[in-house]
Amino acid sequence: MFRVDENCNFALLYKGFQPMNQSSLVSISDISREEILSLLEQARYFENHPNHKILDGKVVATLFFEPSTRTRLSFETAVNRLGGRVIGFSDASTTSSTKGETLKDTIKMVSNYVDLIIMRHYLEGAARYATEVTDVPIINAGDGANQHPSQTMLDLYSIYKTQGRLENLDITMVGDLKYGRTVHSLLMAMRYFNPRFKFVACDELKMPVEYKIFCDENGIEYTEYTDFSPEVINSTDILYMTRVQRERFTDIMEYEKVKNLYNLHNSMLDGSRDNLKILHPLPRVNEIALDVDDNPKAYYFQQARNGLYARQALICRALGIDVTKLKESDK
Amino acid sequence: MTTAKKELAVAALRNGTVIDHIPSSVLFKAVNILGIEKLDTQLTIGNNLASERYGTKGIIKVADVFFPETTLNRIALIAPTAVVNIIRDFEVVEKRPVVLPDVITGIVTCDNPKCITNNEPMKTRFHVVSREPVTIRCHYCGHSVTSDKAHVL
Ligand SMILES: [Zn+2]
Repeated sequence: MFRVDENCNFALLYKGFQPMNQSSLVSISDISREEILSLLEQARYFENHPNHKILDGKVVATLFFEPSTRTRLSFETAVNRLGGRVIGFSDASTTSSTKGETLKDTIKMVSNYVDLIIMRHYLEGAARYATEVTDVPIINAGDGANQHPSQTMLDLYSIYKTQGRLENLDITMVGDLKYGRTVHSLLMAMRYFNPRFKFVACDELKMPVEYKIFCDENGIEYTEYTDFSPEVINSTDILYMTRVQRERFTDIMEYEKVKNLYNLHNSMLDGSRDNLKILHPLPRVNEIALDVDDNPKAYYFQQARNGLYARQALICRALGIDVTKLKESDK
Repeated sequence: MTTAKKELAVAALRNGTVIDHIPSSVLFKAVNILGIEKLDTQLTIGNNLASERYGTKGIIKVADVFFPETTLNRIALIAPTAVVNIIRDFEVVEKRPVVLPDVITGIVTCDNPKCITNNEPMKTRFHVVSREPVTIRCHYCGHSVTSDKAHVL
């Protein structure tokens, strides 16, 4: 009898909410509407004042169990511009996890040294689990196909900055809407801001049904298209392009058939709105032709730079640094 | 079997717990989840018994053990029809159905091979996101599965 009781009490202890780690960021859905807006203002502040010594004396770990040079450089630049120091690794093959060390042990070991852990992992749910084994705040820099909240924050900041608002926008998502985690996270984050979505994709890569249910439940208007037509482009404020990858297709003939249908060329923008901006999480291959780059509506390179400011804001959030106070003392 | 004999089958326990109306196909899974194979008290497990409602059913009788409600509710995922009878001094003093909890810990494995729970020595955790049909979502990777397709440990 006692053995049974012990078993279930043990389960009980772990079933509820963890007393952890409130300032970690695992998923964009951890952040409320108000907090999103506040973080965007903070990102704007860092764009105007990128260099601060507010992380003086702080050490931040960047643990990249899966390589991602772009994301790592952006985070490490953010820490450096805030005056903090960085330790970490950029590839799991150089760490003890290849010797069979558990994620838990690696996180516990690193927690002894640092004030903040920024981690990317190839397994889904890794960052959530990390928050349960340490008191050090965790920022998820991507966990497999699951979440990548700092990417979403920089997308939101790019939209906010170029449109002057997040509310009531026509947002068109193009390309791989089935596997593209950036479009899924952006869709979920936009639920607070009454967007109208257009989903443009071939049948094999169309928006998964669970996200359409999410839209229905949140009263979000959306329309699906297989044609990347002028009508769609001309009624759009934000054109969010993604890459259509060959390896996503079970039928290679299908890939050959659709691979060029969702490419954007400069001439397709002739009748577009003046305020249209083109976003892309990068790296792009040929889904945006080079002749678009010089169009002032092309925004993907600035978008990547915005990642720095968005990440500075997220780092301050994780460390409990009040950026609004910073502003006051600057005046 | 007469009604009287059926009653006897359930009540022939001085003190303890009878879990009745377990679907036959999941009886042994229920035994596993309850962890009763390690008990040293008198234990009766019956299966493929006649059931008016479900054709056949399984039953578990455990003498002198009163499980916490949360333990019994752990079988609700696989045996939502199960009914718990608490027996004291040969009398059924309490009779209640099992209730599916909001969070299910350590019973179901995630069907996503890239989920952290399948690669790290840790307990799984699922949230019940829908009760009709029962659908559970992995706390870690977010994958959802309906209870009939859920892989129980
Ligand atoms: Zn999972």
